[in-house]
Amino acid sequence: MRTWFTALTLLVTAATAAPTGAQTLINGAGATFPYPIYSKWFDAYTKVDPEARFNYQSIGSGGGIKQISSRTVDFGASDGPMTDEQLKGAPGELFHIPTVLGADAATYNLPGSPKLKFTPDVLADIFLGKISKWNDPRLAAENPGVSLPSTPIVVVHRSDGSGTTYIWVDYLSKVSPEWQQKVGRGTSVNWPVGLGGKGNEGVAGQVKSTPGALGYVELAYAVQNKLPVGLVKNAAGKFVEPTIESTTAAAAGAARTMPADFRVSLTNPPGDDAYPIASFTWLLVYKEQPNEIKGRAIVKFLWWMSHEGQKMAPDLHYAPLPAPVVKQIEGRIKEINYRGKPLMVAR
Amino acid sequence: MRSNLGDRIFRGVLRLAGSAVLLLVLALAAEMFRTAWPAIHTFGARFLVTSVWDPVAEHHGALSFVYGTLVSSLLAMLIAVPLGIGAAVFLAELAPPWLRPPVAFLVELVAAVPSVVYGLWGIFVLAPLMRTWVQPFLGATLGFLPLFQGPPYGVGMLTAGIILAIMVVPFITAVSREVLLAVPNSQREAALALGATRWETTRLAVLRYGRSGLIGAGLLGLGRALGETMAVTMVIGNRPEVAISLFAPGYTMASVIANEFTEATSDLYLSALIEVGLLLFLVTVAVNALARLLVWSVGGAVKVVRE
Amino acid sequence: MTARTRRAVNLAMGGLTALAAGLVILPLVMIFAFLLFQGASAVNVDFFTHLPKPVGEDGGGMSNAIVGSLILVGLAAGLGLPIGILGGVYLAESRDRRMPWLVRFLADVLNGVPSIVIGIFAYALVVLPMRRFSALAGAVALAVIMLPIVVRTSEELVRLVPSSLREAALALGIPEWKVILRVVLPTARAGIITGVMVAVARVAGETAPLLFTAFGNRFWHQGLDQPIAALPLQIFAYAIAPYDDWHRQAWAGALVLIGMVFIVSLAARVATRGRFSGVR
Repeated sequence: MRTWFTALTLLVTAATAAPTGAQTLINGAGATFPYPIYSKWFDAYTKVDPEARFNYQSIGSGGGIKQISSRTVDFGASDGPMTDEQLKGAPGELFHIPTVLGADAATYNLPGSPKLKFTPDVLADIFLGKISKWNDPRLAAENPGVSLPSTPIVVVHRSDGSGTTYIWVDYLSKVSPEWQQKVGRGTSVNWPVGLGGKGNEGVAGQVKSTPGALGYVELAYAVQNKLPVGLVKNAAGKFVEPTIESTTAAAAGAARTMPADFRVSLTNPPGDDAYPIASFTWLLVYKEQPNEIKGRAIVKFLWWMSHEGQKMAPDLHYAPLPAPVVKQIEGRIKEINYRGKPLMVAR
Repeated sequence: MRSNLGDRIFRGVLRLAGSAVLLLVLALAAEMFRTAWPAIHTFGARFLVTSVWDPVAEHHGALSFVYGTLVSSLLAMLIAVPLGIGAAVFLAELAPPWLRPPVAFLVELVAAVPSVVYGLWGIFVLAPLMRTWVQPFLGATLGFLPLFQGPPYGVGMLTAGIILAIMVVPFITAVSREVLLAVPNSQREAALALGATRWETTRLAVLRYGRSGLIGAGLLGLGRALGETMAVTMVIGNRPEVAISLFAPGYTMASVIANEFTEATSDLYLSALIEVGLLLFLVTVAVNALARLLVWSVGGAVKVVRE
Repeated sequence: MTARTRRAVNLAMGGLTALAAGLVILPLVMIFAFLLFQGASAVNVDFFTHLPKPVGEDGGGMSNAIVGSLILVGLAAGLGLPIGILGGVYLAESRDRRMPWLVRFLADVLNGVPSIVIGIFAYALVVLPMRRFSALAGAVALAVIMLPIVVRTSEELVRLVPSSLREAALALGIPEWKVILRVVLPTARAGIITGVMVAVARVAGETAPLLFTAFGNRFWHQGLDQPIAALPLQIFAYAIAPYDDWHRQAWAGALVLIGMVFIVSLAARVATRGRFSGVR
């Protein structure tokens, strides 16, 4: 009896003692879309501010919105902007702070990994289930030199609430009236066909291991796993590949007319070089922070992220924020406060 | 006997511990019912018969999950019950005595493997196996049946059923073995005295006597399969749809909760998920209760705890 | 049927049932072999001492997940064992009328509840009021899972203690509560410890209830009221991702997990070998 008791006491003491010293742990959760760059940032940031540790769980944008609204995390992350209704349901005013620009790439698993061209209606019809084989004449028409197999297209979508999904279906809703009517937009939709994968990681994993699969993932996931990405015809009629340049071009128009709350859709924009399925991704933080120490750490990070952090984005195939947007973000960060006192120390 | 203060306090403490178990189960049921109420109230009986799961429009119907759970579990039973009872017969009746302890031990180890490890193996070994060999073979030979039509995804209902069978079969074996061992020796001796072979003894005396217990063992396995989460989530394809083909992806009650719980953005969505959990809870309790009744009917306090 | 046919059938059935037993064990062999083949290379010192690396970068380890699992299981044991053992003693020793039957029935009910449902319960009970995910919530979920196993095994083993021992102690004038604490429990101790080990092995591999209680953590835990990493959670996250390095680490993690579980199960088996054989 006594040895058990001693063992338990020792264990509890060991467990409750923070082994890495008095650090502030800041918990966040949400989008898998920017997870590669976020995990890089949070890792690099431990050297910039050794007193703060940012623990980010990539559970999907839906999860991010849910957890920050129930205040079970300190910040959320989403690439689908919160709806007015969701914002109203949160216990405080939530800010959307853009972090990077990314692209939803159409990725697939075909022998030889050919570079395929997709038109908007073909993409919509594949996801509606109307085009079910790779050698369908409408696909072949745009890809004359490629020998497409007669195997079925295994559509892969997200099984969890996802901002990556939001970006994708937002685009499909704009280019396909049938999609808009039948399915609509949201972080979780009623998919007509396909397998579900959990997170960008799950979809990429599924596509990588299933011959004939076609899914949508954030560009970084396709590149890091050496999966081919398709070109998509944009509003100007050009076939564009998702790259940092084409993503930045997609944001060019929006950067000039950015709304104050940063909630904007970048899909199907005008411009010859624009990739049509791109988006900002946002961190969700409360304007009034409940905890001063954590709030200050968060604000410091946001500042670093929008300035020094942006330099790390291109290596991971995300496009950095346009300069006018960064300026606007600075103003927003200064509004974050603790009990009325702004947390941003004057720079 | 003089009941002094020490005894009374001690008995009180014991009673407290006992009632903690009671309170826990009641609290569990009550809490689930309370949080699921909004969904129960909104969807009513439609919840059980609609398969539309649309978080955007807030239409929630659990039919595809109920269907997926039932089909994958029944499929698992089809495979696991014959195998499990066969292995139990081997261990309890037909195997040479020196072989019994090591084999029994190995069976116990199979039961001890965590679900997530099975899932891991399922993704990287079983699913590719299904996709490359088994499903094309079944499609070619039995493809005229709607059960085996459709593209070979590798993941899907059939794979989930197989992995469930693998996970559940050691429990069925262990409980069946206990049931068989609980059959009184007099039964066996009577048969042997009449000149029966070992197998005939087993068939006539033991299996017949223990029949209800064996059914119970099968039901316990079913109860286990119904609630299995991780391994199934990793190989079922996560598609909320009722499909006839075993090659098609599906979804189970436990999987949808695992995948979507942390992100149910609206209260009604979360409530709907908890209602699914409540359904699962009620079904597993009913199956388990029935199973135990049957198992106990054979040999009194047959040891079924260590599952 | 001739005698020869009957003998042939006997042999055939012996063979078939042996085959069944073999098929039951086969997955174990396959999985273990695969884990060894794929994961052994990744189980190195780094694995046990390093934290996970950022997404897409090779290397790193699962040190926080291993420690996290140990903490969760230890805490769960701390919460669940006292109630479980005392509950078992209650069922064995109580002279109450109907309550023991009810408690026993409900313990069996609890045993059959899927672990994900218990996770929902812990979420409602601990995560929501505390407004955060925590090691505590995860431990509560695991404790609830452990409880019925510990209760029933304790009950059985306390019952097994020969009444002659009890009577001798009582005859010496020792009050009943002291008899139970100082005579009965110590005698049953080895068996109870076995039951505890079985329960521990069972919860060490649980993933589902931790998904929305312990939540996971890329760093070392910062206290019991904060999210914490756990080995099964990490294996799950890595398994469904596309990175090959993560897959290798998942295999390695699975190998470590399964190793821990097997060792505990083996130890439990060895401890009861020959003893208490009457209970079966």
